[in-house]
Amino acid sequence: MHESTKDHAALAAEFNKDEQRVNWHDETLWWIRQKRDKNVHQLPEWEALREAASQIKFNVLSNLHDYLLQFEKNATANGVHVHWAADAKEHNEIVHRLLTEHKVDRMVKSKSMLTEECGLNEYLAEHGIEVIDSDLGERIVQLAKEPPSHIVLPCIHKKKEEIGDLFHKYLGTPANVADPQILTEAARQHLRDVFLTRRAALTGVNFAVAETGEFVVCTNEGNADMGAHLADVHIASMGIEKLIPERKHLGVFLRLLTRSATGQPITTYSSHFKKPRKETPIHIILVDNGRSVQLGRKEFRNSLKCIRCGACMNTCPVYRRSGGHSYHTAVAGPIGSILAPNLDMKKYKDLPFASTLCGSCSNVCPVKIDIHDQLYKWRQELVKEGYTPAAKTISMKLMAQTLSSPTLYNAAGKSGRFVLKHMPFLVSNKLNPWYKEREMPEAPKESFREWYKKNN
Amino acid sequence: MNVARVGANRIRPYAANGIQECTKRRTFKKMNSRDKILSAIAANQPERTALADISGFKGAEENLQNKYAAVLTAIGGRIYFVKDENEIAATIAAQFPEAKRIINLVDNLSIGNFETVISDPEIHNLKNVDLAIIKAKFAVAENGAVWITEKEVQPRVLPFICEHLAVVITDGIIFPTMHEAYQKIATLEEYGYGSFIAGPSKTADIEQSLVIGAHGPRSMSVFVKV
Ligand code: SF4
Repeated sequence: MHESTKDHAALAAEFNKDEQRVNWHDETLWWIRQKRDKNVHQLPEWEALREAASQIKFNVLSNLHDYLLQFEKNATANGVHVHWAADAKEHNEIVHRLLTEHKVDRMVKSKSMLTEECGLNEYLAEHGIEVIDSDLGERIVQLAKEPPSHIVLPCIHKKKEEIGDLFHKYLGTPANVADPQILTEAARQHLRDVFLTRRAALTGVNFAVAETGEFVVCTNEGNADMGAHLADVHIASMGIEKLIPERKHLGVFLRLLTRSATGQPITTYSSHFKKPRKETPIHIILVDNGRSVQLGRKEFRNSLKCIRCGACMNTCPVYRRSGGHSYHTAVAGPIGSILAPNLDMKKYKDLPFASTLCGSCSNVCPVKIDIHDQLYKWRQELVKEGYTPAAKTISMKLMAQTLSSPTLYNAAGKSGRFVLKHMPFLVSNKLNPWYKEREMPEAPKESFREWYKKNN
Repeated sequence: MNVARVGANRIRPYAANGIQECTKRRTFKKMNSRDKILSAIAANQPERTALADISGFKGAEENLQNKYAAVLTAIGGRIYFVKDENEIAATIAAQFPEAKRIINLVDNLSIGNFETVISDPEIHNLKNVDLAIIKAKFAVAENGAVWITEKEVQPRVLPFICEHLAVVITDGIIFPTMHEAYQKIATLEEYGYGSFIAGPSKTADIEQSLVIGAHGPRSMSVFVKV
């Protein structure tokens, strides 16, 4: 897990020092957002699908207790071992215990943001167990000793030359080779050896079906399947909110997930694990870690509908220009900024403020989470609890002052025009540091400050 | 879903389950977290809302072969519409002249030298399979996927570990969307493992450049019998 004493604004300022990289990061993510749009617009029923998904997920939240029991019963009947972990620590302990029981000290892992949330790799390393991440992007950040910066695209912040240097150092590729084709082939060879030699595999879970007790894992690379099918024991870690009621609902979610994530119609592999292979056990760990608390927060429980597609990150102007690491939490971006304060209000008090509240996230979310509304509500909640970040307090006060001044309002004419015209103040001001290095549109003849003085 | 049956679970006291199952100390510890989580959820979950009716979602039935071909090609797969096994065999022979180790799970395919059964229980020895030829139940037009289960494809790792994958849709069925696909799955024999496979394995993790052949097959050829 990413630990930092700096807040989002300070970390974003660091990321913003390299303007070229920021522009590139911004454009790459926007390109993915456009791919999403192109694919999504081919489905006339898209909005109906989103609505159905949102309703199904809300039904899950409203009946989670019974669905969990139903899942446990059916999975157990299928021969899958079900474990319950109240928090990150207990999750890590269960994984460790299972590995010890199987006398395994090297494990291969496919993408699981939950294990990032739990700090599993670090925990196992402390106990002498080596974990190799098998998703290419995750392997890259693992070699760089960094956390993923994006839930779907873990090394989206890295340039191919940096990846070439890492592979040269750790995988023995020739120096200064940055061709993605060559680097991917090197990773394929390296990880193939890992798949063939590891006796334990851990995967995440995209969806688990209460009706059948099965779970579904989606990858493009095939790494989850390679790991799980070759190992002697398969451990799957899932947050309790990943349940869906019936198998047929997978039709809705699998249609939405990858179109939203990368603009593909589906991931290459959507694998349904129902029963273990002969004599190779499957263990599934149901993890709470604050989710049952979030479920009780009326304003924020919708965040538990999230299917981790990453669309809200790709579209977010703040995420695109501040980078995933500036959020100093496992799940970055708009949705992460709602989930993190639930776990630790003090530590993540800055995150709900790392947003322009433009609403683009809510527009793309495939399960229709009211993301920007929830961010706004978190701000109110945090202010109420006395957790407002300093810089943001000033900027919020100024904003409140400006918007509450009738003179100002009248002078500017229509309020819509006022906000549009003068929004750059709110975003480019030094008090909003993720815009520091950003070239802003040409300044108006009169600076806002002068204008403000004159008109007040 | 049987709501009545699920609903009844709620009134059954967990302690009763616990007494039956708690034969080991470790299990007992596990039960505690389980109960803690479940009771927190019961206390915090909102009032029950109805499930959405998804029976209205259907895809258009026209032009499915063309649509499937277009999508599969776009995601890096190859499509062949064939009339019989001889045509499949001829295409495979022409496409994979270099393939040394071929595992074929499709009946009546007359291609040179291949294994039909995997007698070696050591699945790791499949690492040098150049080409696997497998059967799939059906394909899905909207996303290029085929549906396989471990009933036809054994062992599970075969379609992932092979260098190249060829899939034969024996009944030639293509459904418009995932909704029809899951309707069909509900009528088929239950599986222990099943997967939608859509194209060759791929990654775009390095600067979003698409590279075909991540950890799984470097190509996927789909044969649809028409
Ligand atoms: S909040 Fe919505 S858009 Fe963001 S990752 Fe979750 S499902 Fe995707």
